Amino acid sequence: MLIRRAPDIRYSEVTPKALYMRRREFMQAAAVAAAGAAAALSPAGSRHVHAQNGRTKLPNVRKSQFSTTEKLNSYEDITSYNNYYEFGTDKDDPERNAHRLVTRPWTIRVEGLVKTPATYDIDTLIKPYAFEERIYRLRCVEAWSMVIPWIGFPLADVIKRLEPLPSARFIQFTTLADAKQMLGIRVPVLDWPYVEGLRMDEAMHPLAILAVGLYGEVLPNQNGAPIRLVVPWKYGFKSIKSIVRIRFTDTMPRTSWPVANAREYGFYSNVNPTVDHPRWSQATERRLGEFFRRKTVMFNGYGDQVAHLYSGMDLRRYY
Amino acid sequence: MTGFRIFRWSIFASALVPAAALVYWTFTGDLGANPIEFITHTTGTTALSLLVITLTITPLRRVTARNELIRLRRMLGLLAFFYACLHMLTWVVLDWFFDVASMTADVVKRPFITMGMMTFVLLVPLAATSTAGMIRRLGRRWQQLHRLIYVAAVTAVIHFWWVEKADFRQPRLWALALCVLFGFRVWWSLQTRAARTRDAFTFLKDGMLRRG
Ligand code: HEM
Repeated sequence: MLIRRAPDIRYSEVTPKALYMRRREFMQAAAVAAAGAAAALSPAGSRHVHAQNGRTKLPNVRKSQFSTTEKLNSYEDITSYNNYYEFGTDKDDPERNAHRLVTRPWTIRVEGLVKTPATYDIDTLIKPYAFEERIYRLRCVEAWSMVIPWIGFPLADVIKRLEPLPSARFIQFTTLADAKQMLGIRVPVLDWPYVEGLRMDEAMHPLAILAVGLYGEVLPNQNGAPIRLVVPWKYGFKSIKSIVRIRFTDTMPRTSWPVANAREYGFYSNVNPTVDHPRWSQATERRLGEFFRRKTVMFNGYGDQVAHLYSGMDLRRYY
Repeated sequence: MTGFRIFRWSIFASALVPAAALVYWTFTGDLGANPIEFITHTTGTTALSLLVITLTITPLRRVTARNELIRLRRMLGLLAFFYACLHMLTWVVLDWFFDVASMTADVVKRPFITMGMMTFVLLVPLAATSTAGMIRRLGRRWQQLHRLIYVAAVTAVIHFWWVEKADFRQPRLWALALCVLFGFRVWWSLQTRAARTRDAFTFLKDGMLRRG
């Protein structure tokens, strides 16, 4: 289970970006041009070359016993195939649009049931923590998965230093919602800002981390820069991106996806092959880069570590 | 008529561009991080586009009074069916690799898959009876049978709607397009009926006048 990762995986092979960024526009245009109705569908105009994210290396990154030894997905896959609706709902929208996000200066408001509510500058907040590499499986609710080398530190360490009150039972996170930087906000696909949350014992689990990097480098914007949550035993949407607010509460946070559709999404959203999403089976998944589907594993394969958090709970009911 | 023939060929060629692009990008490795999803979406969107475009031909023909446009209709319908086949085969071969049990479960349990399958099943008899021989043999019934294309367009849009998780802008646009196209037809058939009533009325009046 907890095996150290093989030491010889290299980060560097990143294929240069080609015309694939334009594919979707092209396909739409082609389909429509077939009847000369081009104007209807393809929103011309806002097409810009994706700005280079400063690809800065993060220093002194330690390995972690929690990392998997599975084959990593490429940097290109991880940074070009994202669900980050604030930048658009197509998978390649975030890569195209997230360069508008300004990640410094960045502050995080800490509030609610906590000893001293305060607004922290991100660099002050993360300064005390040593960076670790955590190679985790990520299982999206849409039945695809990746293996991603995150850089971060345990959420538990941060929570301890923030000193929540004993009455705090949940932690709630909020993503930035700034229509000037995030084009997708103008479209009411979700009730902005994006909100996620964990029960305190889930948040204190050593597998839950705050990530600031990827592949040894500063986190790209489309992956949730400057700081995001990673909870590998839950569906990907629980791992909220670009956090601006942390709130400790005694009631279960009203998180974005259950608010949008309570029948299809629950608060816990643990990876669970036996509870289907109404619109697709969760029994299998496609690991990006592989042809055949593979079986989805309970708690995304982290059951040995996290199953005890849910002992006695009916996970069909609390999905 | 050569001008029209060139027009027709160029429409045919451009309708094949999405398929050609998929083949090309398969070889250049440019289908993105999730090629199967990309192929599914491309073939699905193209099938729906061509289906709706097929439905525009008759209204266009009436508005422009250019009867030769009718010669595009079968070609476009068959192209839509071609992409629907590619789309369905992507699902069968690439997505599930002939895992019949899982596919059957999906058709039964997942409403969006049920709708997709229904659309496909509706299109099959239309494609099968698209030959000149069939048109002749079926006569009036051919017309009636081919009204199924309206049903297929509706189920295709519902299928697309149910595919989406939160962003319904595209299916909404397609639904709107269908409303406009159907609205045109309803309006037109009401006109025809009104004209017929008027004719009947005139006929009666004339008869009475003559008798009186
Ligand atoms: C055997 C029947 C069919 C099956 C199994 C099927 C299956 C699928 C699947 C799996 C998706 C992708 C869902 C996702 O991304 O989560 C999809 C999308 C779609 N399908 Fe189908 N489908 C079928 C028939 C059709 C037909 C006949 C049409 C149109 C005439 C159609 C139009 C579409 C469209 C427009 C999309 C959305 C593409 C996008 O999101 O860009 N499908 N279908």
